[in-house]
Amino acid sequence: MTVTARSRPGYLYYPGCSLHSTATEYNESTQVLLGALGFTYEQVEDWNCCGATPAHATSDFLTLALPLRNLINAEKQVESWRVRAGDGDGASGAPAPGPGDGSGPPERVDVLVPCAACYNSFRLAERTVRDGGPQAEELNREMKEITGRAFGGSVGTRHPLDLLGSRDMLARVRSLVRKPLNGLKVACYYGCLLVRPSRIVSFEPDPEHPMAMDNFMAALGAEPVRWSYKTDCCGQSMSIAERELVTELTNRITRAAAAAGAQAIVTACPLCMMNLDSRQVPAEPGQPLLPVFFFTELAAVALGVGKPKAWFKRHLIDVGPALGVLEARESARTARTA
Amino acid sequence: MASAVELYLPGSGGRPAPLQPGFVREVERHAGRLVSRCYQCKKCTSGCPVGPRLDYQCHEVIRLVQLGAKEAVLGSRAIWLCASCKTCRERCPNDVDPAQVMDTLKILAVAAGAPLGRKRVKAFQKAFLSTVAAMGRSHEFGSIALYLAANPSAGIENLGLGLKMLARGKLKLLPDGIRGKRDVKAIFRRAAQRAARLAAEVKAGSGADAKAAPKMDLRTGDGTRAEGKGESGR
Repeated sequence: MTVTARSRPGYLYYPGCSLHSTATEYNESTQVLLGALGFTYEQVEDWNCCGATPAHATSDFLTLALPLRNLINAEKQVESWRVRAGDGDGASGAPAPGPGDGSGPPERVDVLVPCAACYNSFRLAERTVRDGGPQAEELNREMKEITGRAFGGSVGTRHPLDLLGSRDMLARVRSLVRKPLNGLKVACYYGCLLVRPSRIVSFEPDPEHPMAMDNFMAALGAEPVRWSYKTDCCGQSMSIAERELVTELTNRITRAAAAAGAQAIVTACPLCMMNLDSRQVPAEPGQPLLPVFFFTELAAVALGVGKPKAWFKRHLIDVGPALGVLEARESARTARTA
Repeated sequence: MASAVELYLPGSGGRPAPLQPGFVREVERHAGRLVSRCYQCKKCTSGCPVGPRLDYQCHEVIRLVQLGAKEAVLGSRAIWLCASCKTCRERCPNDVDPAQVMDTLKILAVAAGAPLGRKRVKAFQKAFLSTVAAMGRSHEFGSIALYLAANPSAGIENLGLGLKMLARGKLKLLPDGIRGKRDVKAIFRRAAQRAARLAAEVKAGSGADAKAAPKMDLRTGDGTRAEGKGESGR
């Protein structure tokens, strides 16, 4: 039986808890962007929390077992696609979009994980089992006892930004831009979890100086600024328990962005968004706050897809000034051409 | 065991700190990292974003572990204020991974039943995880409510933000539940069993296993070995 690439999705998708609560705008805009760029995906069924920082600060087992259950579910789901397509061994069907000719071992399918924290813990769990060794085998044996299956390594984890960095993809993005973000100066903020530990999570040639988001923003027409706080920590999950500390860390970042001339900060992490959006204070009384965007929201604006206005209502800091820059440019251009 | 080193820490009233020379092996075994390799270059401390708020700087925590100042380290604020940004791990020339060591020290501090240097950080983590254990997914509103129940004073400073978040629909009042709660509960049960075993081991006197060789691959350089640690706490 022949199956076409169309008959099964190219990727799996794991939103995670933040994208279901504090950052639903990231969830919606990511899906809109993936759709606009032609990526197909299916949500991981019955996914659970990755455990985030509280898990790794509490138990080595918890921090690996929680994401592993999701990877195991993902693997089960991919197998069900193969069964559905009638190629039980996965060897005869057309591969999911991507390299490979469908022969040999089943194509590896990736789980797309937009939340930087979930992405980080998935990568660590995946890598731990892949690396093997007695402790990893013991862990996987326990996962089998708990879930009925061990993790076989046929699914991987990728961050959406990683998909967007290739030359071809950036060209495709450029060709799809309808309202370029011309004139908007953005500080691309990567934080910790997308880049460290680099050997496990980074997809950047230089993790101390990541560029994937900068290149993507440039493809949308925005002007990424050069600044030194791209990968500094915002204080992540300590926002509630250590408010003062997080306020200090957050404002060090936002002030550096403002000093570099940025009119907005762009992030790929719901925890960074939460801190930058909620713990930012004016540098001096009366000074405006820097709006913060998910990179996917600005992409949707530029591509003219989705419902950015509804998403922006959920931001604590008014994004109007940053969008105003775009509108002013736009009306100046229309005035010139008229 | 008598130690050749006498260590005087701030606030010790002129008394040398009690030292337990086997402590570094205990930490290495649980962290899967060779803490004894640290030669105090201080790259970790130079890049540490929370440094100014710590009672001991990152390289000092590592040094205290090497010297066996167990009590001082397990009771420190530093291990709880570490934000796990992993900048130290990225830059450490000896692959010590201080961020992992900080996590291990948190786990050991809880296992030892020692007074914690920053109770509220642990309290929030506990509140967060209890929502995950119950429903399979974390629930911000629930974790914040549980945390505030244990730390009412934090309510006032966070009230304004809480209201704003509710108004923007950023806090879901009801949690998401999953079908596989039983799996997640089983995962938490096994984690709790391990924690109980570790507490028994730590309380029985960690000196007992201090002489055991660290159960790790001593190869250097490739940096991937310790990633493979599963539950290293046994």
